[in-house]
Amino acid sequence: MKSIIAIIAGAMSLATSVAASAEQVNIYSYRQSFLIDPVVEQFTKDTGIKVNVVFAKKGLAERLEREGKYTKADLVLTTDISRLMELEDKGLVQPVNSSVINKNIPQHLRDDGNEWFALTTRVRNIFASKARVGNIAISYEDLADKKFSGKICTRSGKHPYTVALIASMIEHHGYEGAKTWLTGFKGNLARKPQANDRGQIKAIDQGQCDIALGNSYYFGKMVSDPKQKPAADSVHILFPNQQDRGAHINVSGMALTKYSRNKDATIQLMEYLTGEQAQHIYAEVNMEYPVNTAVKPSTLVASWGDFSADKLAMNKIAENRKLALKLLDQVKFDL
Amino acid sequence: MFIQLNKKWPAFSWLLSLLIFMPLMAIVWQSFGDDQAVFSHLWQTVLPQYLINTFLVVFGVAFLSMLIGVPLAWLVAMCQFPMRGVFVWALLLPLAMPSYVVAFIYTDLLEYAGPIQSSLRELFGWKNAQDYWFFDVRTVNGAIVMLTLVLFPYVFLLARTSFLEQSQSLLQSARMLGCSAWQSFYRVSLPLARPAIAVSVALVAMETLADFAVVHYFAVPTLTTAVYDTWVGYGSLAAAARLSALMLACLFVLISLERFGRSQQKNYQRTTGQEQINRYQLTGVKAYAATGFCISIFMLAFGLPFILLIDMAIDYFEQSWNDEFIQYSINSFSLAVIVSFICVAIGILLSFFKRLSQHKSSSVPSKIASSGYALPGTVLAIGVLIPLSLFDHAINDLWEYFGKEGPGLILSGTLFAIVAGYVVRFSAIAIGSVESSLNKVTPSIDMVSVTLGMSPLKMLFKVHLPLVRKGCFAAALLVFIESMKELPAALLLRPFDYETLATYVYQFVSDEQLEHGALAAIVIVLVGLIPLIFLNRSLEKAQ
Repeated sequence: MKSIIAIIAGAMSLATSVAASAEQVNIYSYRQSFLIDPVVEQFTKDTGIKVNVVFAKKGLAERLEREGKYTKADLVLTTDISRLMELEDKGLVQPVNSSVINKNIPQHLRDDGNEWFALTTRVRNIFASKARVGNIAISYEDLADKKFSGKICTRSGKHPYTVALIASMIEHHGYEGAKTWLTGFKGNLARKPQANDRGQIKAIDQGQCDIALGNSYYFGKMVSDPKQKPAADSVHILFPNQQDRGAHINVSGMALTKYSRNKDATIQLMEYLTGEQAQHIYAEVNMEYPVNTAVKPSTLVASWGDFSADKLAMNKIAENRKLALKLLDQVKFDL
Repeated sequence: MFIQLNKKWPAFSWLLSLLIFMPLMAIVWQSFGDDQAVFSHLWQTVLPQYLINTFLVVFGVAFLSMLIGVPLAWLVAMCQFPMRGVFVWALLLPLAMPSYVVAFIYTDLLEYAGPIQSSLRELFGWKNAQDYWFFDVRTVNGAIVMLTLVLFPYVFLLARTSFLEQSQSLLQSARMLGCSAWQSFYRVSLPLARPAIAVSVALVAMETLADFAVVHYFAVPTLTTAVYDTWVGYGSLAAAARLSALMLACLFVLISLERFGRSQQKNYQRTTGQEQINRYQLTGVKAYAATGFCISIFMLAFGLPFILLIDMAIDYFEQSWNDEFIQYSINSFSLAVIVSFICVAIGILLSFFKRLSQHKSSSVPSKIASSGYALPGTVLAIGVLIPLSLFDHAINDLWEYFGKEGPGLILSGTLFAIVAGYVVRFSAIAIGSVESSLNKVTPSIDMVSVTLGMSPLKMLFKVHLPLVRKGCFAAALLVFIESMKELPAALLLRPFDYETLATYVYQFVSDEQLEHGALAAIVIVLVGLIPLIFLNRSLEKAQ
């Protein structure tokens, strides 16, 4: 019995590690910690402000809501516009009026009320087999074209990136128009929606399909990985709808929590994240497009060429999200 | 039974189980603030298909786990064949593999773009999928096989414990009366082990019901998918809670049916725990077949995925080595130790109460305390968060009322929340395995103890605990390993900058690069092995 108590006591003392320091910023992050670490470490080195992170893909907004005014979280980082809007709608965040941030981020990439700010943009690209399709002009609408019957691969329709794309299609074509499109798209699929963005590119390489949807930065990471490079080399990265409205983009972003207790330090971090140094790291390490126009994309990303982006207001995408999900269910896209 | 129980026992048992049940009540409460529109939309579109998938996967996994786990358990417990001593612990190893890792590895291996199909195409000159047939791993069947590979050890462990605890005199009688090995298995051992098998299959079914990672990865939408769609997608926690409540209800019906099925049977055994087991000596083809069967299951469920994991870890060693591994391992290990002690203590208390109390309602506490296991982890985590944060708010408000600065989130913002989440989730495992052991102790032992003037507490420590220690070891082992792998509750409920091995691996899996987390996944398996080997030795020694 004594030994059992000793083991429990030992385990307890091991388990309780308390972080305490003068100035710090606490982050709830929907982004993986290892993606934020490089940026944040530099910030701590420069300012001495410690940054603590909790990463989770789901439920952080609920946690923040339940914690209410006693929360320790100061900043929320997200990977999708809908999350940012959700935080704003639930009244969990507060406006930040910083001339530095306003100068760094273009108007259309931040909230009108300054409650959220984009940090990077990412493009929903179409990938095409070099051998079987080539470098063609293509649009999202083409995904429903009969000429691609049995030739398209995609990940689950319920993935936030696909949902956002469908939400933008609803905005452009109306619900019924988008439904016709999605039905045609589903009819063209070579296989049931599955796997991740990298998996689609591998499937093209292996000849299971000819074109696929995927985000630009996954492609960038595949090119940089010696094992995955051959698959990545077998496809062209295409920017859709360059003849008309431009390619669909989504953002990763940040928002200051309503009950932040380290407001000054947090705003300092937010300003830093939009600054040239941090934006440069985002561009180089994560292969995303920086929002700060003074910072250029990485050499690899730039080599894919310039493109025009869909100017659709970000909040429209968030507003249509539930409709997009409903549409996916109606068309039984994933089944 | 005529033991006069002190009033504290029932009160304590009820209180304990209600505490564990609180998160679930919070979920049920949420489901009343409902969102009828979302629910009926789902019902009209995809829900019927999801329900069918759920049904197929849960029953498939339960059935297949039994089909693999029970024969393995009996072979290893009751027969002698080459390498038996190795399989005793080796067949538990698959438990240490997180299911999302196994699913990831097998899909990579078997899908169209994977190495197996690619080399087949190269070998035979096939051009595309139309040129040949290959089974599709991302299907209901694929998900069933994958989940079975990870979950069958539950059945194996509990059934083996039960076979070992069986009275040898019964089996000796059976043999003297001319039963063959097969007959004594079918006529004596199997009926005696039924409660343990039922418990383990119920655990497997619950775990399957709660699984999200594997079915999601396999693109097989189930009820869990619907729960996440409604919550994360439609933003309706109420509709998600209602679906979860529905899942719970289904599960209760299943468990009650099984209990009803054997309510007329009562089997007790007189064992001293000191008996020598006479194993059937298998020879010739039979012996080879037994060894072959064990090896193939072991390789499929553990050997192959583990080798592939090591291969990945070597390829990406430089990118994946992290100086904090030791800290993460300590975090995971200490959490798992604490949680397994708490869960086993709860299991012992509740099942002992159920045994001693005359009242019909006495089985309710252990039942309601077991229900957390079937809920999808993240939903359960929210359920834990609700009562804890209410408590925290009350405390802080009180402090402020007296003009002082409150202590902050002392429950929901600390490790307490994770421990609470794990306990709510894993109590079912401990209760199930302790209870099935305790059920085999004949009531005459209780009567003798009482006649000799023992108090219930003394009886528990002096008489019953020594008799059911194998069951307790098994329970502790299962909870420990589950805690090592646990993900959703740890992810959402952890304090700042607190990382377990599982949450660390998950960042990479969720960014589609298990390769970089492979090393940490191996550490999960290795740390899980420590108690596995230690406890297994105790189990064997206790024979």
